[in-house]
Amino acid sequence: MIPALHMRPRLAPGCRLNEKSQAPRVLLMPERVLRLNGPSLEIVERCDGERTIQQIISELQLLYSKAVPEKVQQDILEYLKLLHDKRAINFE
Amino acid sequence: MTSALQPPLTLIAELTHRCPLHCVYCSNPLEMVQKNKELPKEIWARTLKEAAELGVLQVDFTGGEPAARPDLAELVRAAREAGLYVNLITSGLSLDERRLEELVRAGTDHLQLSFQGAREESPIEFAGVPAQAQKLRVARWARQRAIGLTLNFVVHRQNLDQLEEMISLTEEIGPERVEFANVQYYGWAFANRDLLLPTRTQLDHSLEIIKSAEERLRGKTRVEYVVPDYYARYPKACMGGWGQKAILITPAGDALPCHAAQLIPGMTFENLRKRPLRDIWENSEAFRRFRGEGWMPEPCKSCDRRGLDFGGCRCQAWLVAGNAEQTDPVCSKSPRRLIVDSILARINRNGQSAAPAHSDWTYRVNPG
Repeated sequence: MIPALHMRPRLAPGCRLNEKSQAPRVLLMPERVLRLNGPSLEIVERCDGERTIQQIISELQLLYSKAVPEKVQQDILEYLKLLHDKRAINFE
Repeated sequence: MTSALQPPLTLIAELTHRCPLHCVYCSNPLEMVQKNKELPKEIWARTLKEAAELGVLQVDFTGGEPAARPDLAELVRAAREAGLYVNLITSGLSLDERRLEELVRAGTDHLQLSFQGAREESPIEFAGVPAQAQKLRVARWARQRAIGLTLNFVVHRQNLDQLEEMISLTEEIGPERVEFANVQYYGWAFANRDLLLPTRTQLDHSLEIIKSAEERLRGKTRVEYVVPDYYARYPKACMGGWGQKAILITPAGDALPCHAAQLIPGMTFENLRKRPLRDIWENSEAFRRFRGEGWMPEPCKSCDRRGLDFGGCRCQAWLVAGNAEQTDPVCSKSPRRLIVDSILARINRNGQSAAPAHSDWTYRVNPG
């Protein structure tokens, strides 16, 4: 499935971030743990079923203002597709 | 091995060996823990806290049937309070909708529901009791709630030809994840191995079916297939390495590096009633015995793959080759591979025969 910009990603049932107080931050999933670095954590934290993919892209383009905006968008779309294939997120 | 010891990621909590099923491939040991020897919930709650402090991220509540313990929801709550991700591995037989709701409210993140096959008669054949309708009810209740769901089909020679039916059932239920796990030959499964090992033809066919299911279900259900390692060229990275990723606690509180470790001769296991979890993980003799590479014989010691499969499975080396300190005999480099090949030759020479009678199986019994 190719993510479209109006879709709202949300963590799938059985997937959640560990607590903010716990380090390192990880995405907890059935039978696995996904370690999250800076940008991947910023993306996963925004998969709340409220924000659209377009909003997530805009927010990260601000956050990483030194990066090429098109590259940020492309990286986010690829990462969301990967998370979807791993069944870590649903698109609403 | 000089790298610093990492904490385990997973605590496998066998809460009880009691179970309403009698699976012919149960991973529990042949000698099971009696009800009156089970750890009380206070010690479990303390252990869950110690585990989280040690660095454990996930707890698997399993058994036997974990729901056979009336205090399961309290243990789920204790695990969540400690900060752990809660995975409940269940047959579904001891759950009604109210109980499942209670477990979800207590904080269960994920349910792994076991299946003996896709048919009404599958649990009767392989677990000695009718259970299919109840399992389907539990799957439906789970789908109506905010909880992750994995279906776990245990596959073997007697049901692998029904793989397509299992995939259809999976598509009807629509879980996030499905596992088709070939039986691993320890415990009760070892006793029934000659009836459970698939033929080469079955295995090749199943790989094609799985491949097309993976493509069809992509983005809906994640498909995982565990192949029987007797057919593999190299051994599995058993438990992600001895004393590396997981710690298993028996119903009586013994801490083991894997499900079957008790069958290896000369092992002593520490008990949580007497020793803290961290101390057991870091210092106990049982966890240190095969940790790292120091114990390895040839051909493992000089093998390029030793950091990938860690010499394979110690329990299998004992069960099949009679020596826990040797290379896993499924490895094509093992001098004992001949033993595995002769077992496979026998299975494949006989091919698929008529379905076994009830009396041909050794069914798992229940502890008193």
